[in-house]
Amino acid sequence: MNLNNHIHSINHHEIGIVPQLILAIPFLLLLVTYITAVIVSNRRLRKWPFYRIILWIFGTSCVVVSIIGPVAEWSHTNFSIHMLVHLLFGMAAPLVMALGAPMTLFMRTIPVSQARRLSKALKSRFIVVICNPVVASILNVGGLWLLYTTSLYSYMHQHTVLYVLVHFHVFIAGYLFTISIIYIDPIHKRTHYIYRAIVLIFALAGHGILSKYIYAHPPLGVPIIQGEIGGIIMYYGGDAVDIVIVIFLCYQWFRATRPRSNERSFAI
Amino acid sequence: MYIGRKYKSVQMKLKRRNAWSGILFGIGLVAFIDETVFHQLLRWHHFYDKSTTDMGLISDGFFHAFSWFATIGGLFMFADLRRRNGLWIKKWFGGVLLGGGLFQLYDGTIQHKLMKIHQIRYVENVIVYDLIWNVIALIMVLIGIILLFTQNRENAGAYEHEFK
Repeated sequence: MNLNNHIHSINHHEIGIVPQLILAIPFLLLLVTYITAVIVSNRRLRKWPFYRIILWIFGTSCVVVSIIGPVAEWSHTNFSIHMLVHLLFGMAAPLVMALGAPMTLFMRTIPVSQARRLSKALKSRFIVVICNPVVASILNVGGLWLLYTTSLYSYMHQHTVLYVLVHFHVFIAGYLFTISIIYIDPIHKRTHYIYRAIVLIFALAGHGILSKYIYAHPPLGVPIIQGEIGGIIMYYGGDAVDIVIVIFLCYQWFRATRPRSNERSFAI
Repeated sequence: MYIGRKYKSVQMKLKRRNAWSGILFGIGLVAFIDETVFHQLLRWHHFYDKSTTDMGLISDGFFHAFSWFATIGGLFMFADLRRRNGLWIKKWFGGVLLGGGLFQLYDGTIQHKLMKIHQIRYVENVIVYDLIWNVIALIMVLIGIILLFTQNRENAGAYEHEFK
């Protein structure tokens, strides 16, 4: 325990204001873009739903709290807080922001010709592949396994570039995973509900197994007690976020399979 | 003739969906009781036991994830049956008991004993707890099977008004 604390204090490296800003600025730009798009498109089209604006602002706030300021600082020295921040930044924020339907908003704001070109770009092989549920799950949960079971976690706190890259990866992978499982924005190559349900169960299992693994084997430099609390936070916190994804997926199935009045067939 | 055949196949599908909705919800319900009562309230079960095998860790992860999905999915299927006027409550409860019982039996034998993910309670005579746990599971399975597979004349025409 003492040894662990000792290692931890050696490994600890202050994250300066520059990397914090590098992480935060893209999200603040996205927030400005989102609100501008709402104002511009509302002039021509039906009003953009207010709750989506709130979701986007809330998601951005979750991101900003996790990467800049006192909570972010605290999370660098305390693994339990790091886990809370991970849940907020890597799971809750991507989900809440995906529910803000940014791509739909963007498409309706830009001129039709450009929207067509963008839509074509979204059908490109690369986007289709990374939005596939299996690929997105591996990027998401596989990335976490890599981070917490290798020395990447302690390297991340020593090398600023790595710190920034890992954080971008965690957010983007969390976002891709969310949009590959529940369809809010237009997405090319849609997959079947049962397929997505199975992938979601595998991803959730991978997350749960990793949480218990961390409980027993905390990453290098993390005190045992913080590792235990962190593992429990990750396990139950993951459940709390995933319950929302499960409900959305089931609800979308429920809507899609509603019986038509003149139809007796039994679609699944 | 055609209508008759179609009616039968729809009825079979509804019957099957009643059972599956129940089974999924049953698995979820038992897992939920396990988590809230035995892990959180009584604190008998431990979050992690040092003797857990690797297989135990994986099995626990999958069943935890699956049961979480099954609870919600099973309830959405229940709602689906209701809007189709196809809910057959006896079959559904049969499914709940069968699914819940099978999961409890798996948890009480393979996960607790073989994979040692944790014991029911950390006391000397844990065998007593194990016996009660697994006997209850077996009783649930038996009643579930009886409810699922016995024909009930009263309900035989449950869907008729749907096809008038």
